[in-house]
Amino acid sequence: MRTQPSKTQIAFLKAALFVAALGPLAKLVAGVLYFPESLGANPAEFITRSTGDWTLRFLLITLAVTPVRRLTGWNWLLRLRRMLGLYAFFYGVMHASSYAGFDQIFDFSEILADIAKRPFITVGFAALLLMGPLAATSTNAMVRRLGAARWQALHRLIYLIAPLGVLHFWWMVKRDIKEPAIYATVLAVLLAYRAAERMRTALRPARLGVKP
Amino acid sequence: MKPIAPSQVTPRRVYARRREFLKLAAAGSIAAAGGLVASGAKAQAKTLGLPKLESTTTSPLSGAEVPTAYTHLTSYNNFYEFGSDKSDPARHAGRLRTRPWTVSVEGEVAKPRTFGIEDLLKLGLEERIYRLRCVEAWSMVIPWIGFEFNRLARLVEPVSSAKFVEFETAVQPDTMPGVRRAVLQWPYTEGLRIDEAMHPLTILAVGLYGEILPNQNGAPMRLVVPWKYGFKSAKSIIRIRFVERQPRTAWGLASPHEYGFYANVNPDVDHPRWSQKRERRIPEFRASRPTELFNGYAAQVARLYAGMDLKKYF
Repeated sequence: MRTQPSKTQIAFLKAALFVAALGPLAKLVAGVLYFPESLGANPAEFITRSTGDWTLRFLLITLAVTPVRRLTGWNWLLRLRRMLGLYAFFYGVMHASSYAGFDQIFDFSEILADIAKRPFITVGFAALLLMGPLAATSTNAMVRRLGAARWQALHRLIYLIAPLGVLHFWWMVKRDIKEPAIYATVLAVLLAYRAAERMRTALRPARLGVKP
Repeated sequence: MKPIAPSQVTPRRVYARRREFLKLAAAGSIAAAGGLVASGAKAQAKTLGLPKLESTTTSPLSGAEVPTAYTHLTSYNNFYEFGSDKSDPARHAGRLRTRPWTVSVEGEVAKPRTFGIEDLLKLGLEERIYRLRCVEAWSMVIPWIGFEFNRLARLVEPVSSAKFVEFETAVQPDTMPGVRRAVLQWPYTEGLRIDEAMHPLTILAVGLYGEILPNQNGAPMRLVVPWKYGFKSAKSIIRIRFVERQPRTAWGLASPHEYGFYANVNPDVDHPRWSQKRERRIPEFRASRPTELFNGYAAQVARLYAGMDLKKYF
């Protein structure tokens, strides 16, 4: 099924996605201001966990765009990918700020010590740091300035960022790895799809070659 | 006791009259109680309405800080038998069967004995308001009801070979969804050195906020060792064994380099995952409270560890 929404429909979809993606943040803000019981006994932890979860979710949704597009033929999904990626970065910044403010009360020497000392924080920080250049080069102007090839090469960093993010969660968990295992599985499927595609395209000419 | 800032202290006469203050507050006279009742006080007084326990409140070992709200104490729990999320125990522990309940006290003792929980409730209950510091860098203030462990020990007469005490938590696979997965080695076991166990601060708690313990907090009886990280305080205890060798502990088995046998609260000994320098008092946002050595009980317990390298025996 190949649907091609009109320009207006795309604009509407983008606006809807923009608002929907702010939902998790709105829930936290409403919780802090009006419904403290919704954030539980440890609201700071709730906020850090929630924004961390949404960072990973947006990373995985962003990575899902290409496979879903290929499988469904919905090429217009590509038009939403930039916003999805930017939201991953946005929630990543929220997550790190929540940690820095609530857990470390903005004590930057403690934060640096934490990054150096605790592997799960090291990889989480690395993932966020690597997302920076991707967010910064997300505009059309930057794509033009870098050139498509270089831009794409840079944005392949997501194949490093997403595993680092999942690893960060995996190493953070004390004992019960059920939840990080779910994220790891989804990530593995999304990456395996690409690997399979690549092999198929690589094999195609060879196969053509042996054909009579 | 550790010094407590006057601003943190609610005088006992005020605390004892907290329900009156709440009625006043509810009647719109909140200004009358202003400054005396913490912001969470309304929630604090609201309990589940479980059966009441008679207790005395005279112990000098009980603190004077404002207790954490009952709703927080009973909705944010680490009790892995019911699941590893903090909200799992409150969700699932309702089905735990706490009657009939017996506690077998055995091992290196002259008079091993199995106690019914009803007998244990007669051992002279006291209210003890203690700080609880979790290894995850959060803390609470909890008004326990319980009795000193040494009272129970005296009834079974430990012999000289009793060097340690092991505590074993119940396993009820049909009521405990967490034990169906090997997240930890079940049954959950914990242990103390005999002198730690016999210390007057070490209690077996059977109540909270004047009522029997809610299941999610380790009903019907759990250990409380206020100068150690929370995981030492085994919940829903069915067996207490006096032993000669240092017992193995659930978290120690799971990850020996993270969870030591002693697990004394210590701001200078970091956990691999968390700095222990500061802590967050539930439900505050900022983890801005400096953590105190032995959770502020150094005056009472530091002598137990004289000459020990606390970094090595963490």
